[in-house]
Amino acid sequence: MELGFFAILRRDLLLAFRHRAEIANPVIFFLIVVTLIPLGLTPEASRLAEIAPGILWVMALLASLLSVEGMFQSDYRDGTLEQMIILPQPLYLMVLAKILVHWLVTGLPLTLLAPLLGMMLSLPEAGYIPLILSLLMGTAVLSLVGAIGAALTVALRKGGLLLSLIVMPLYMPALIFGASTVQRAVDGFPVDGSLAVLGALLAFSLLVSPFATAGALRVSMHG
Amino acid sequence: MFTTEPNTDLFSPYSLDLKALAFERDDRMLFSDVSVSLKPGDILQVEGPNGCGKTTLLRIITTALSPSAGQLLWQGQNISQVRQDYLHNLLFLGHLPGLKQALSPEENLIWWRRLNQSQVEYCNSEALARIGLRGYEDVPCSNLSAGQQRRAALARLLVTKAPLWVLDEPFTAIDKQGVSELESLLTEHSARGGMIILSTHQDLGIPGIKRLPLRQESLGQHSSFTMDVT
Repeated sequence: MELGFFAILRRDLLLAFRHRAEIANPVIFFLIVVTLIPLGLTPEASRLAEIAPGILWVMALLASLLSVEGMFQSDYRDGTLEQMIILPQPLYLMVLAKILVHWLVTGLPLTLLAPLLGMMLSLPEAGYIPLILSLLMGTAVLSLVGAIGAALTVALRKGGLLLSLIVMPLYMPALIFGASTVQRAVDGFPVDGSLAVLGALLAFSLLVSPFATAGALRVSMHG
Repeated sequence: MFTTEPNTDLFSPYSLDLKALAFERDDRMLFSDVSVSLKPGDILQVEGPNGCGKTTLLRIITTALSPSAGQLLWQGQNISQVRQDYLHNLLFLGHLPGLKQALSPEENLIWWRRLNQSQVEYCNSEALARIGLRGYEDVPCSNLSAGQQRRAALARLLVTKAPLWVLDEPFTAIDKQGVSELESLLTEHSARGGMIILSTHQDLGIPGIKRLPLRQESLGQHSSFTMDVT
């Protein structure tokens, strides 16, 4: 039963390792944009601190969106998706493994990088822990939600724009609660509430997304 | 090179029936009333002009697509009831080889075997050597020629226990010697009691092969929307 999960997990981690340069793209994008903000806007610490929570979260979201398109693309093009769909294994577990790999190679590095970038945007000290916690859960939500869109658009030649339109509205709750968690922490309010909402979002998308994604993949393959 | 030792463990009895299968796409009937009964040892060659629905028919047989009408029976039961058992007994090689380009033939074989729980006592390097890829086990597939990639995919035939093989154009890009080797591999599988359904334009030198000619449905029979819009 878990066989498919671990087989896909190992294969995709190995593939990610072989494609290191491509995998680094969203992280580098995140890094570049956040580096440019002080140059383009203002180097003044107090004004940067004001916008830092929002900027960090928006950029993490865009970096995740940038990479989610490729989640099933290569599998679709080389015929392995076709093989996966007719395996006597539950497709949702294999999909979950692919989502986990996506999070491990984009969401997790973004989260680990965020404190450093927070420093560059002179994020107040109180914001660091909530930033890490909210990104840790939030990027997982983004990967899970993005997978549904990626699966729906996998058979389209230029599905990128459509994918953004499909997943953007679904990304909004994560963005709103994620950014507000950091903002509230900076303003000195308790953050348990918004972190709990993020946790709930994560639990919900963890339950729903693999099923929806597996269904979407089957629909896409019928085309 | 392709030969295997005669396999002593025979497949448990099974049968596959295609009952009046039809497939319609974009208001256009691709094929209809395809009926075949297959028993162990049968090799069925699906043939017909380009675009007549060979790949579609094979994909219906793999359950990746559902037919517009008709049904597929495995052991006399509708496929939807015995899907898991059926998929355990099925090996499908599609038009696309299903290889990860960044991985070597051996790594590709490893993940495929893991996913298919292939427990054949046949090591990967041995299978690759027999399929003609000795010395290429560790080369990324992206550096292999089209024929070599096809062989890397065909190596799965040597490490599977599935009785039913569904092969879409298995001879594509393979050289003359490879073709005759693959033919003898297919013959052996059928002699062991295996069942093969394949699509190819090649005339196969296998005696006793069944043929299923697919013809393009005449346009007049159907709705006026039969013009191909794509």
